[in-house]
Amino acid sequence: MRIPSARGEVSSRLFALLESPTPDSREEFASAVGAALAADPDLLADDDLQLSLFCLYELAYSGLDGVADLEWDPGLLAARADLEAAFEQQLRALVPVPALPEPTADAVAALLFDQTAPSGGRSLSRYVAKQATDEQLHEFLMLRSVSTLKEADPHTFAIPRLRGRAKAALVEIQADEYGGGRPGRMHSAIYALTLRGAGLDDTYGAYLDAAPAIVLAACNQMSLFGLHRRLRGAAVGHLAAFEMTSSIPNRNYGNGFRRLGYDEDVTWYFDEHVEADAVHEQIAARDLAGGLAESDPDLIPDILFGAGASLLVDGLAAEHILASWEAGRSALRVPAPVRA
Amino acid sequence: MRSGSRRRCARSLALVDGHASRRNEGPQVVACPDGPFLVRGDVDIVLPDGTPVPRTRKTVALCRCGLSTIKPFCDGTHRASGFRTG
Ligand code: FES
Repeated sequence: MRIPSARGEVSSRLFALLESPTPDSREEFASAVGAALAADPDLLADDDLQLSLFCLYELAYSGLDGVADLEWDPGLLAARADLEAAFEQQLRALVPVPALPEPTADAVAALLFDQTAPSGGRSLSRYVAKQATDEQLHEFLMLRSVSTLKEADPHTFAIPRLRGRAKAALVEIQADEYGGGRPGRMHSAIYALTLRGAGLDDTYGAYLDAAPAIVLAACNQMSLFGLHRRLRGAAVGHLAAFEMTSSIPNRNYGNGFRRLGYDEDVTWYFDEHVEADAVHEQIAARDLAGGLAESDPDLIPDILFGAGASLLVDGLAAEHILASWEAGRSALRVPAPVRA
Repeated sequence: MRSGSRRRCARSLALVDGHASRRNEGPQVVACPDGPFLVRGDVDIVLPDGTPVPRTRKTVALCRCGLSTIKPFCDGTHRASGFRTG
């Protein structure tokens, strides 16, 4: 991925270090992270820190253009760990965790279905279906591209950390996400088709500069949960809640694009998710989250935490977009680059 | 629906309760409480006149609430409508 524009002291020091890892640049980055965290930041709203975390995580995904292989660099991992600790602490303080259910797959699935039940209130997906403008639909696609062009990847890290029924369930879901062996059906590839069909750039990270902190936070929490064995329960809960709140919104998104005359190349991604996630939500609730709850009851609080974090942070990101549009503003942090 | 090749399925191993097992190796239909039928394995899905329904994924969910917009598959509408199976 191309290195994005810095958003403050921490990200500019990070990019300087990535371009030239010298003792000085390392020292300056470490002290910038220390100073930023000492100021007790609101991580969910902090552009500089969420972007820094996003780029540190990117070293474990497809890497950063022109940057040496620094995935396991102890200094960068230490900084990442400090950012992650503050991020996790804030999430744990904000995410409501309900009373613990019985440690059975049925009880855990029932609770998750209850927590993710469709509601009739205002929603981004209904706004997209009924009234979003063409420009707003483009903003929606750009903001989603930050996570969707690597769709499924964060949760895949959890596979070797599970066993038995939960592992088989996660593999079953992920195999479908990755197209069942057909690269052209990978969800990330179908999304790239949507972007191209709408005249947008399908390069991974092309619209990163436009994504505000809360959109990056939604993406970063998946990496946080996926990359730590300790948080495998949260990774499972996150994926379950994500899949369980997907089918109906995706039907609305597809309808929004159809309303403005887009063809099947553009709507395929959303239509695919209507069908796929109606399957995935059953597997995720009963076999993945329920299966893990039965084999590892100690992880139930984290399963519920991960589900709650998905609902909270993805909800805040959607609310940011909706509130911006309703106020007649762009939801992008900076205007999108115009394609050459 | 028609069950797929027995011979092929019989050679596969399934994991039951965390242990490899030769039981449960055929197609499987899970009746999801308040939701669809989840169909795993080699099963042809056909319309009443025998026309095959194109199937693009290994595991599918068949609507049993009657309200899906993509029948015979489930589209999650059962949740919005409060469908109950028991
Ligand atoms: S069972 Fe899901 S829509 Fe009918």
